[in-house]
Amino acid sequence: MSSFTLDGADVAFTEGQTIIEAARVAGRFIPSLCAHPEFPAHGSCRVCTVLVNGRPMSSCTTKASEGQVVESNTAALNRDRQALVQMLFVEGNHFCPGCEKSGACTLQSLGKELGVTSAGFAHESPTRPVDASHPDILLDFNRCILCELCVRASADVDHKDVFALSGRGLHKHLIVNAESGRLADTGMSLEDKAMTVCPVGVILKKRQGFSTPIGARRDDVQTPRQRLEAGRKP
Amino acid sequence: MRSASDILNAHRGDPTRLVQILRDAQHACGNWLPARVLSEIARGLGLPRARVEGVAGFYAFLNLKPVGRFRVLVSDNVTDRFAGSAETCGALCQRLGVKRGHVRSDGRVSVDFTSCTGLCDQGPALLVNGLAIPQVTGERLDQVVRLIEADTPVDEWPADLRRVQDGVRLQGPVLGATLEPGAALHRVLHASPDDVLATLKDSKLRGRGGAGFPVATKWETCRTAPGDSVVVCNADEGEPGTFKDRALLMRRADLVVEGMTIAARFTGATQGFIYLRGEYEFLLPHLNEVLSKRRAAKLLGTGICGDRGFDFDVDVHLGAGAYVCGEETALLESLEGKRGVPRHRPPFPVTHGYLGRPTTVNNVETYADAAVIFGLGLEAWKALGTEQSSGSKLLSIAGDVERPGIFEVPWGTTVREVLKLAGAGSVKAVQVGGPSGELISPKELDRRIAFEDLPCAGAIAVFNESRDLLEVVVNYAHFFAHESCGFCTPCRVGTHVATRSLDKLRQGRGSSAELAELGTLTRLLRDTSHCGLGNTAPNAWRHYLDKFPDDLARRLQAGFVPAFDVDAALVAARTARGETP
Amino acid sequence: MTAKVRVATTSLAGCFGCHMSFLDIDERILPLLERVTLDRSPLTDQKHAGPCAVGLVEGGVCNEDNLHVLREFRAQCQVLVAVGACAINGGLPAQRNHFEVGDLLRRVYTEEPGLTRRVVPDDPELPLLFDKVRPLHELVKVDYFIPGCPPPAEAFWAFLSDLLDGKEPRLPKGAIRYD
Ligand SMILES: Cc1cc2nc3c(=O)[nH]c(=O)nc-3n(C[C@H](O)[C@H](O)[C@H](O)COP(=O)(O)O)c2cc1C
Ligand code: SF4
Ligand code: SF4
Ligand code: SF4
Repeated sequence: MSSFTLDGADVAFTEGQTIIEAARVAGRFIPSLCAHPEFPAHGSCRVCTVLVNGRPMSSCTTKASEGQVVESNTAALNRDRQALVQMLFVEGNHFCPGCEKSGACTLQSLGKELGVTSAGFAHESPTRPVDASHPDILLDFNRCILCELCVRASADVDHKDVFALSGRGLHKHLIVNAESGRLADTGMSLEDKAMTVCPVGVILKKRQGFSTPIGARRDDVQTPRQRLEAGRKP
Repeated sequence: MRSASDILNAHRGDPTRLVQILRDAQHACGNWLPARVLSEIARGLGLPRARVEGVAGFYAFLNLKPVGRFRVLVSDNVTDRFAGSAETCGALCQRLGVKRGHVRSDGRVSVDFTSCTGLCDQGPALLVNGLAIPQVTGERLDQVVRLIEADTPVDEWPADLRRVQDGVRLQGPVLGATLEPGAALHRVLHASPDDVLATLKDSKLRGRGGAGFPVATKWETCRTAPGDSVVVCNADEGEPGTFKDRALLMRRADLVVEGMTIAARFTGATQGFIYLRGEYEFLLPHLNEVLSKRRAAKLLGTGICGDRGFDFDVDVHLGAGAYVCGEETALLESLEGKRGVPRHRPPFPVTHGYLGRPTTVNNVETYADAAVIFGLGLEAWKALGTEQSSGSKLLSIAGDVERPGIFEVPWGTTVREVLKLAGAGSVKAVQVGGPSGELISPKELDRRIAFEDLPCAGAIAVFNESRDLLEVVVNYAHFFAHESCGFCTPCRVGTHVATRSLDKLRQGRGSSAELAELGTLTRLLRDTSHCGLGNTAPNAWRHYLDKFPDDLARRLQAGFVPAFDVDAALVAARTARGETP
Repeated sequence: MTAKVRVATTSLAGCFGCHMSFLDIDERILPLLERVTLDRSPLTDQKHAGPCAVGLVEGGVCNEDNLHVLREFRAQCQVLVAVGACAINGGLPAQRNHFEVGDLLRRVYTEEPGLTRRVVPDDPELPLLFDKVRPLHELVKVDYFIPGCPPPAEAFWAFLSDLLDGKEPRLPKGAIRYD
């Protein structure tokens, strides 16, 4: 089997795997946000940037190849990652104490993992509406990190195309598939794959918030890194 | 008025033509795209409605909210600024009775800024409903106001007002070429692919759009890749201060199409596109005429030059206001009717381009150069240039010079020589290659325009002693923030954060904290952005920070300065209390 | 024995929850007090800060008075620490940031039912509200941040212990919380 090195450790891969996929299978954690094991790489958050033979590349879009020297856990890369996470925090409105997703949020756990203690940059404080039109589902756009996982899940798995992105630059935003602009007028339902993929607290099931006590939530029990490393082969 | 279904039929209901369809629909709907119309288009094309809205929302010239029936956009390149564009904008707003960024209450007109429209040698310039109006000051400004108040459709405005000069000041082998249409093509027609390849290699022709990739390698990879290949001419020319493709398309469009046809002959492509930036809509009738003439002369279409196996035709696609669509993979997305978001590479367009087919994407000038090489012969070409940069280069020079315009010079010409040609007086700095290029100081004027030293896709902007360089930097940084496609975090957020730091510096409210932040952003954007736009955006400020320390030092505060204006932030509460602030 | 280190604390637009959590270090307060003298703090009721080594500030900046106090802290404290969600990103009070503050004042003081005197309070003693609630780092230089709503007692303890030992303060992983 072919292999590359990740921070000095050998990582085996099969032909066609990306660096982050191979690392994941080997139980080695590379921080990421928009990558999801069930979907093709997106490559937008840039958090998974690593050095491949000394050159910065996103590990979710770069194919593994024999003998690559990959560095991930370096002080400089972790500083870059901190800055990227901070950018996502200031771009939206993230108030974790009042967020139903707190404790099971990939952005939050990544911030903690990287030792982010403040937003660093000045807050954008954008005004973004909440869509509560749907009887069962709430959309809180304030927390969207534009990873397109919901877009992809709804298109490729649910075949409903409920979501899309519009605007560009800092004005890029999520929209739903209805002339009214309201989720209630789309085909979205609780059974959709798109209900399950949001890494942050945008797509929420109504009337079930805060049901898990603090201390017992997903990332309280095990951080994403711990979960991944628990699967590491000796 | 054309209905949505007429428009869809005219485009054969082809979803890859979505950007063209939206442009036409907007034209038919009074300059914007009502929600109902988007739904109709989506139904007609069998696309999800949200996807259609997402595409419309991407392009600056497509409007999801009403704008004026006359939409006036003032070019906001820094050289336009220095030529008085802000005054022009202010005068238009005042005379027309409208606030910038708003629509007049009768719906007649709206006025706003837009990114550089490529008329820097004829600024301040406007786009009115997409059509270019150069030199809008004085009597010409009065005329614009009168025509809008008289409700005269833009197509009926006096030709003189709409006339754009090609701006050519100095010709070389390309601009001065007197080749008959088809002359270069005939030479290729009877040569073997190996001979054509050998000539291309020998010519050392490199792409003129910025990156300088060897043309021989690109064409050969495309030729040998499996699938029906495609030839695309990148006429997006969005880099502020670049307007040399405009001149080529005005004066030598035939040569450009000839170059594309040679590429098609070599790679086996049957389909070709010119992706023309929306700002150059005024060139569309001319380009279509050139294409028709070539079809009539059997230089395009089926059985070109009587060769029954040689079919190739070219379609012009218009952009809709997005600099990033000059990046070749974003361009292809746009050609396919999508949001102009750059693709992941590899695979590269040469193997997986337009609709997954092998695609040769080259700059306008590159195709013209190829035609000249085959038409005039290698020797004439190789006589010009340097070791790694052969032939000539078109430069578009604007700013503080007596003779702004287009100069075709041999590669290797020094900046000093270039400035002399254009008639520069005192020089504080020169921006070479546009905002994503390099700002050079007067100490560097002997550097050469060449891939070996100062690569340049065409733009040269000259700033004299009276100019505030920080105004230049701030303008460029805002350009990138406005044009970021928003796909990746560092560029989407970072370009915007940079504008805030730089605005603060410009206001004299900056300190070492801003410099540290800009340093972080420089590294982050360079190393982690998804495409060239984000990678090179820091060039807008880093050269200034590095090379003009004295200029910078004058503007820095010693201590910490709040992120916002503290007094202004109290005005609302004072007013609510009834105090006069 | 070395001289005691002066520490000041205050709450701006906060709820005193961070202070409460600080007190959750429980009996460890005793050894801490052997090394620390409290200057201005709700715990001492002293109204102005003198020169201090460390200033801990909870709450964001919502009005003029908050800014005044924050500046005093910044001027007096060698090390300024933003403590808790509100100090770091505005927190709960910043939920008003999506409304225009003038509208808010008019709505609350002149339009709500049951008001007897329909005017926006204009006593000069009352501090003016800022248009938005802002985190500390947008107004003064902040040296360290201890996040959480409130930060766990463990975070205060670890942070102050490091600082008092002359080490670069570091929050242990589990002590970084955003809620
Ligand atoms: C943000 C961005 C904008 C670009 N704009 C243009 C452009 O307007 N015209 C152009 O020819 N190339 C542009 N390019 C370069 C193209 O991606 C591509 O390299 C070029 O079209 C290839 O043609 P060439 O080899 O003939 O230069 C741009 C690149 C980036 C990253
Ligand atoms: S989405 Fe995540 S980071 Fe954002 S407020 Fe919710 S828990 Fe915090
Ligand atoms: S809603 Fe969630 S899944 Fe969808 S783009 Fe936003 S962050 Fe990603
Ligand atoms: S760097 Fe990223 S956000 Fe910027 S234009 Fe390229 S893909 Fe879009």
